[in-house]
Amino acid sequence: MNALAHISDILIPILIFFIVGYGYVSKVKVYESFLDGAKDGLKIVVDIVPTLVGLMMAVGMLRASGFFDLLGKLLGPITEKVGLPAQLMPLLVVKLFSASAATGLVLDIFKNSGPDSYAGTLTSILMSCTETVFYTMSVYFLAAKVTKTRYTLAGALLATLAGTVASVVLTAMLVT
Amino acid sequence: MLNAIWAFMILLAVIYAACTGHMSEVTNAALDSAGEAISLCLTMAGVVALWMGLMEIAKRAGLIEKLTRGISPFLTFLFPRIPKNHPAREYIAANIIANILGLGWACTPAGLKAMEELANLEAERGNPEYANVKNERGKKQEKSGNQTDKNYDRKASGGRRASNEMCNFLILNISSLQLIPVNMIAYRSQYGSANPTSIIAPAIAATLFSSIMAVIYCKWKDRGGVGR
Repeated sequence: MNALAHISDILIPILIFFIVGYGYVSKVKVYESFLDGAKDGLKIVVDIVPTLVGLMMAVGMLRASGFFDLLGKLLGPITEKVGLPAQLMPLLVVKLFSASAATGLVLDIFKNSGPDSYAGTLTSILMSCTETVFYTMSVYFLAAKVTKTRYTLAGALLATLAGTVASVVLTAMLVT
Repeated sequence: MLNAIWAFMILLAVIYAACTGHMSEVTNAALDSAGEAISLCLTMAGVVALWMGLMEIAKRAGLIEKLTRGISPFLTFLFPRIPKNHPAREYIAANIIANILGLGWACTPAGLKAMEELANLEAERGNPEYANVKNERGKKQEKSGNQTDKNYDRKASGGRRASNEMCNFLILNISSLQLIPVNMIAYRSQYGSANPTSIIAPAIAATLFSSIMAVIYCKWKDRGGVGR
């Protein structure tokens, strides 16, 4: 299993080696290409900075106001009946907005309940199946300068919901 | 849409904090998060520059083209109206592959490029909202963009509607088809799980299910053609 956990360590160097090696062998001017691409990448990031500031500010403020805790308390008793512990409610909400904030909550759950508990297993599966909806949407649409997002949000939330339902069902099968 | 959500979040945070006496925490959070966002951008800038650089090499060496050909039937099924040789296809392919391999940050640059190319595609289709998309980059490089030009830009880009391809691409991206949840496995072993990798199979099942639902939804929304 440790080999699997180390896959990420190996995967990226191999990928870099392969791309640069392949490029060099096929007589691409690798260094110049790299610089051109990197320049493009930096321009994209500069465009994203304001979005990130705005979004992280909003999430940070909401979290600090204690609203997420209230949400967990209010919805917890209902969701517990369908197999979602109240403990996970803040995570479900935060996960829609920010991956890094969600990671903090995940580590909290692992610390308090252990990764192999019901809540821990559910968290692990949940976090593996969908992306952060609002973050991805605002960053990607910014790249195309789109403001009217049409049915994207509905579809993204549907996919997230499907992932959540699947996670609950699978966890119930896994942990008894 | 995002305007309303963002305003709602900020207003709700302040009102709720006022009611529960968390005002000073909210003050700190607002300032800290803004700072955090900048440091995240700095990290991100390095990583994105790195991957975009590598992707440029891969592109010029014809690697991405090969990969695109590999998943071409899949792409044609998902995006039937993107022309076969359009650059958007290559970037979408690169994004999907990076996603499946769980390369995290590597998906974002390709995804952003894909969105730009989809905007170009709209311009090529003659969508008036996207009419100025081609020279946006050029204008930026000239650095001369005078005031009237900027105003025009803002007005024109203010009401841009997402194309079906953009919506579908994003929904798929968010449903994130990931093969091995590398981060989760790492966290699990860090916190003493007896079997950190035991979640791989259920995670693949869950992500498959969410992605299939996403595809069904997109296909259903997309059924009427261009849809505007």
